Amino acid sequence: MDFSLSEEQQLLKDSVQRFVREQYPLESRRKLVATDIGYSEDNWAKMAELGWLALPLPEEYGGIGGGPVDTMVLMEEFGRGLVVEPYMSSIIIGGGFLMAGGSDKHKTELLPKLGAGELKLAFGYAERQSRFDLNDVECKAEKNGDGYVLNGHKGVVFHAQTADKIIVSARTSGGSRDADGITLFLIDNNCSGLTRRDYPTVDGLRASELQMDGVTVGAEAVLGKVGGGAALMEEVVGQAIAAICAEAVGCMDVLQETTNEYLKTRVQFGVPLSKFQVLQHRMVDMFMECEQARSMCYMVTLKIGDEDPVERAKSVSAAKVQIGNSGRYVGQQSVQLHGGMGMTDELHVGHFFKRLTMIDTMFGNKDHHLKCYADL
Amino acid sequence: MDMHFRPEDLAFRAEVRQFIQANLPGDLADKVRRGLHLDKEDFVFWQKKLNGQGWFAPHWPVELGGVDWTPTQHYMFQNEQVEGYCPPVIPFGVRMVAPVIFTYGSDEQKQRFLPDILDSTAWWCQGYSEPGAGSDLASLQTKAVRNGDHYIVNGAKTWTTLAQYADWIFCLVRTTNEGKPQEGISFLLIDMKSPGIEVTPIITIDGSHEVNSVFFTDVRVPVENLIGQENLGWTYAKFLLLFERSNSLSGGLKQQLRRLRGIAEQELTGGEPLCADPAFAAQLAGYEVQLRTYEFLELRTLGNSRPGAEASYLKIIGTDLQQMASELTLQAVAYYGNPYIRDALVHGYNEASVGPDYAAPAAPQYFNYRKTAIYAGSNEIQRNILSKAVLGM
Repeated sequence: MDFSLSEEQQLLKDSVQRFVREQYPLESRRKLVATDIGYSEDNWAKMAELGWLALPLPEEYGGIGGGPVDTMVLMEEFGRGLVVEPYMSSIIIGGGFLMAGGSDKHKTELLPKLGAGELKLAFGYAERQSRFDLNDVECKAEKNGDGYVLNGHKGVVFHAQTADKIIVSARTSGGSRDADGITLFLIDNNCSGLTRRDYPTVDGLRASELQMDGVTVGAEAVLGKVGGGAALMEEVVGQAIAAICAEAVGCMDVLQETTNEYLKTRVQFGVPLSKFQVLQHRMVDMFMECEQARSMCYMVTLKIGDEDPVERAKSVSAAKVQIGNSGRYVGQQSVQLHGGMGMTDELHVGHFFKRLTMIDTMFGNKDHHLKCYADL
Repeated sequence: MDMHFRPEDLAFRAEVRQFIQANLPGDLADKVRRGLHLDKEDFVFWQKKLNGQGWFAPHWPVELGGVDWTPTQHYMFQNEQVEGYCPPVIPFGVRMVAPVIFTYGSDEQKQRFLPDILDSTAWWCQGYSEPGAGSDLASLQTKAVRNGDHYIVNGAKTWTTLAQYADWIFCLVRTTNEGKPQEGISFLLIDMKSPGIEVTPIITIDGSHEVNSVFFTDVRVPVENLIGQENLGWTYAKFLLLFERSNSLSGGLKQQLRRLRGIAEQELTGGEPLCADPAFAAQLAGYEVQLRTYEFLELRTLGNSRPGAEASYLKIIGTDLQQMASELTLQAVAYYGNPYIRDALVHGYNEASVGPDYAAPAAPQYFNYRKTAIYAGSNEIQRNILSKAVLGM
């Protein structure tokens, strides 16, 4: 049992910290968020150059071969900077699907490009009726010669606008909520029959609604087994949850540190706010939430590769519940303790609060995962 | 990062398990499992067994009878004891006063007191709180006035756990009223058989007799029973409190959860087991998530160098969880939380139980566990400590 970072992981941490410090003052981020694509292609190229895009990808396909702990280190620092580049969509999820379900051809052709920053991916899974159930899929994929024709709608697909290819879930058989019969397809963003409505999200990212009307794909577009998409999604989304927990921990730590600092400098009634016991105790509760969130982040990172599928699923859901609860408390209290300043767009506190709030909705909120946990 | 235990740790765990199986009688384990009342003999029996193996005081220095274990092994050892339903070690001697004696005591004091603690001949209790000094411990008023070779002690201590069994009490006493309140406190070891000591029971809301009042009227205490220097007792007291708050709780919490789960599987609601009821299942799952979080919080702190602050937040979160589990257990047994038959809480009760036998301790334990957020420095005091020590407020 050892919770320390290796020398390489520490170096990675230092290097991401430096990037965030230099490239991500709030003003720079504000400018990026206001652009058409919502992030910086220069930053993306720099991430490729620094080896971060290739970090979790296998060495035989030009990757670095990093593990979940490396991803955690990187994502935590991204969380501290509120980084808006499509790392989660493209590398964690897109790369995750290619590694877990891609054919040799997919891997040979796409993984090196992904790691080099020459290819971006997105993942469309949510539908209007599905809420958080990955297996509630009404999009249809009908057999068409060797290939398929796809029809249906996918909602809130993060970073679809700038993705070269999009992974979508569609039903090849079974009823609309069956786990069996879901297939994953890799479709081109500019393919005929696909229309996209792009928009910004409340926390500064980009997402799209996708409408597929007769999108025609060949057999080579299938990722993994036909009808076996549910297991593949569970695996990759589990990894994404572990990564987003780390991002959330980074966000929470920033809020906890800056709120503590603020209470020591803000003077009211002739004394710093930090002298009021009611605020001291609130701060301690925030600190304890941060520590608990970090514990669960370590836990899920270390258990994401567990052989026992029940233990793996429990770890994922438990972590998501704790992160949701802690993120809510730390976010809300940071705004509260900053008073009116916490309400302003000018201060970074509100931006972290918004990101944490939206992280809870990603891949199932705390209520959803509590129910998953109870059912396991 | 790696969360696997090393092979030598796993071998160690197997050895502990085997020892418990071979040495803990079934009826004693059963008492612990069912949450029944334990007698002094039960505690002493198990402590002597552990001592026979050299495992009673593992955290002591090796030359005094401790064991050279890694933090992981200490953690495993505590957890295995709980998993195996061993009676808990009574901490006042071995875990609390002993570290003060071997850290600040004289050689004579070490030779005189440590062997009796090690073989459980001497039962210790803790004289800290007073009727007028709870969270504000430094305001304590029990007086010790030097008179030749003796101190003359007058005053009262309260909430003294298991003082009814005690041979010795370690006491914080006031030796001067000058300077800050903390600067006039001394640490005295007092023989409970001394003339002038009176112990009276305090019955708590669960109906049990765990704590007592201890009154001192002109009690004569030889000066050689003073630890360290006069008026420096506050330093020793704070040192001791770290040990009081640094017990691993996750093993006990998991045991509480196992009991609760078992009950929720047997209780019925609408013809279905209670654990399948959505409202109860959600509460149970929420509790399990928090317990898993706590467990990893504890594991992270193993062998860390900041025991003070960590001890405080582990105490807050751990005792919250103890209370939550006892509350869920009481909810789970529904109407059968009502019957209160004192003898049913003692092993060997021969009459048929009223309702399921797991229901009898549910309400008393719920009421008793309200103490956990109050004792060893209330959870509000822990937050004061954290805001100063960690957050620098």
